[in-house]
Amino acid sequence: MRGILGRRTALRSLAGVLVATLTFGVAACGGDDSAGTDAAEAGPNGVDDGSELTLWTRAPLEKQAKLLVDAYNASHKNQVKLTVVPNDDYVAKVGAAAGSSGLPDLFAADIVYVPNWVNQGLFQDLSKNIDGLGFKDSINKGHLSAGTVDGKAHVLPFVLDLSMLFWNKQLFKEAGLDPEKAPATLEEYAAAAKKVQALKKDGVYGTAAGLNCGGCLVFTWFPSIWAGGGEVLSADGKSSELAGDTAQKVYSTWQDLWKSGAVLPSSSGETGPTWTAAFTEGKVGLMFYPATLLSSTPFDAGVAGIPGPGGGASTFVGGDGIGVSKDSKKAAQAWNFLSWMMSEEAQVEVLAKNKDVVSRSDLAGNKYAAADPRLVTINEVAGKGDTPVAMNFQQAFNAPNSPWLTLVRNQVLEGKTGDLQKDNEEITAVLGQ
Amino acid sequence: MRRGRQALLGWLYATPTAVFVVALFAIPLLLVIKMSVSRWPLLTGDQGINAPANFEKAVDHRFFTDSVVFTIKYTVLATVLLLVLGLGLALLVQESSRWNNLLRASFLIPSALGLASASLLFYVFYSPYASPLKPLMDSWGFTFLGSPNAALFSTTFLIVWRYAGFYMVLMLVGLQGIPADVFEAARSDGATRWQTFWRVTMPLLRPTLALTTVLCVTGSLLAFEQFYILTKGGPDNSTITVVQLIYSVAFQGQNDLGVAAAISVIVLVALVVINALQLRAFRSEES
Repeated sequence: MRGILGRRTALRSLAGVLVATLTFGVAACGGDDSAGTDAAEAGPNGVDDGSELTLWTRAPLEKQAKLLVDAYNASHKNQVKLTVVPNDDYVAKVGAAAGSSGLPDLFAADIVYVPNWVNQGLFQDLSKNIDGLGFKDSINKGHLSAGTVDGKAHVLPFVLDLSMLFWNKQLFKEAGLDPEKAPATLEEYAAAAKKVQALKKDGVYGTAAGLNCGGCLVFTWFPSIWAGGGEVLSADGKSSELAGDTAQKVYSTWQDLWKSGAVLPSSSGETGPTWTAAFTEGKVGLMFYPATLLSSTPFDAGVAGIPGPGGGASTFVGGDGIGVSKDSKKAAQAWNFLSWMMSEEAQVEVLAKNKDVVSRSDLAGNKYAAADPRLVTINEVAGKGDTPVAMNFQQAFNAPNSPWLTLVRNQVLEGKTGDLQKDNEEITAVLGQ
Repeated sequence: MRRGRQALLGWLYATPTAVFVVALFAIPLLLVIKMSVSRWPLLTGDQGINAPANFEKAVDHRFFTDSVVFTIKYTVLATVLLLVLGLGLALLVQESSRWNNLLRASFLIPSALGLASASLLFYVFYSPYASPLKPLMDSWGFTFLGSPNAALFSTTFLIVWRYAGFYMVLMLVGLQGIPADVFEAARSDGATRWQTFWRVTMPLLRPTLALTTVLCVTGSLLAFEQFYILTKGGPDNSTITVVQLIYSVAFQGQNDLGVAAAISVIVLVALVVINALQLRAFRSEES
């Protein structure tokens, strides 16, 4: 904490030599003050001189982060040390480190927090380096623009996580649905969920959702609204448009699904940790699900874009952006990792090989994608998706007591549909703070 | 000369304690007070004094009143249950007989578990997805954390399970501190069991009751882990305690350490007042 300095002087004057020795021990852990090298001076590929770099990321992207870091460490002199932090503690950890100038060299951030964190100066300006990349125009636009402030790019896409409609082909077959055809509209989605529910198989439900998890609902329901032609936020990210007609249709469809009993009952209290578990175990017919879990879904699942009321397809281009922290003294070495991460070698041979989405559109048709048509679908829908940008995104949507969660629960679970305008204004009030 | 040396020695003896009190209590306390009167966002640090804006924001927070009301409700519930159960269990295992060592141990074992670990244990136990009680929940159409009251009672059950043994031990120490001849005298005067309990045991147990009440009330007002892990303040923001509000203002969205510190200072003042009142109440009855 920032208070260590003040603590040090106060203590020394209070209790003499003994205490001073003790606090010198504390201060010694605080890191050095030597001036570092600028990322831009180091050339297009940065410096690979055997430095040790630190990298933080949050738990949901652990698999992808580990693959990338292991592949980098195996082929470079620089060594990256990865720290994976539980999702719920990540902001607190980064915040505490930022206040005490103790951020790691590289750290990833949920893309919806990136605009705020860049604005607070947590990332170094990488615009010169990024401009030097020959494929700059094919880097995912949503991620790049989330990290751009005043025309200066600070953040590159680390791992893209798209929300997609996944369905269990086996359960579809049993329910008499075409296992090769995705529901084209939200109405068809609801009908399919009810059909799977009508199988009355023990422990099997039509669909599931994280109904007590603001982040999950943003990730899965915003695309439904976009696909139906609606909007969720104003262009400046300061006011909420979640009371619009399309949004209302989404809520009422889910309210009807919930009332019909076709939604996994534990969904109503699901705060996030296990929101995908039932589908992964083959106990849910279809759901809006993160594409990063494609490689760990053990059975035959179909994949399509998320449909809206009346049709369409969209996705939430989520995941994490990554940049060089303000406290890094090894920016040139850190850039070496970032430029490698964006290379064809890393994107195709690490990410695509693991059935993950590449963050460069010019690599979308790579050989691994060609082998699995579901990856082609995901890459195609990625172009139609969106990443909302707002400064107070966390407080308005992701926080456990966010007004967005109140709105959804009132609309879907509590039957307080009359509160829509009031709840929507509460979101706008938080966004505008 | 000698007196000077003694004084120096005295200071030396007191230094270790003083160092810890200053480093671990006084300085953090001053830091929190400073934070509470400063603009202090989580990510950018100290931005200068802005008193009393943080306190206004704290009191105006949309969950401030709700969290205070809920915390008091929870405190009353937990304190009554824990003290009654603690005393009841202590009376049960007070006599030494063959089974009592086993009983005492089994009541005390949950106290050996950390509160966070116990909460995680119950998180799985209550989970409508992974719980061994899943068939029961399915057939009753009921979930342990699904409605505001169910969440409150389920969490209180965890706390009672975790702490009843601890309060039993405290009560037991108090009970065994009462001289046996008092009971003998009561019996030879022809007092019934009930009379002995109300007229002899309870008055002589007052210091223990004061201690346990203060401990229990303070602990419950500062409740955090159990709710953070089990309910995250849900469902529908019905189980937000004051400390959880502090945490969420600091780290979950608003990211404002200044306002969080302001609420902390308010809680601190409230605790000092409440504890002073409790101690006074117990003392005045004594005299």
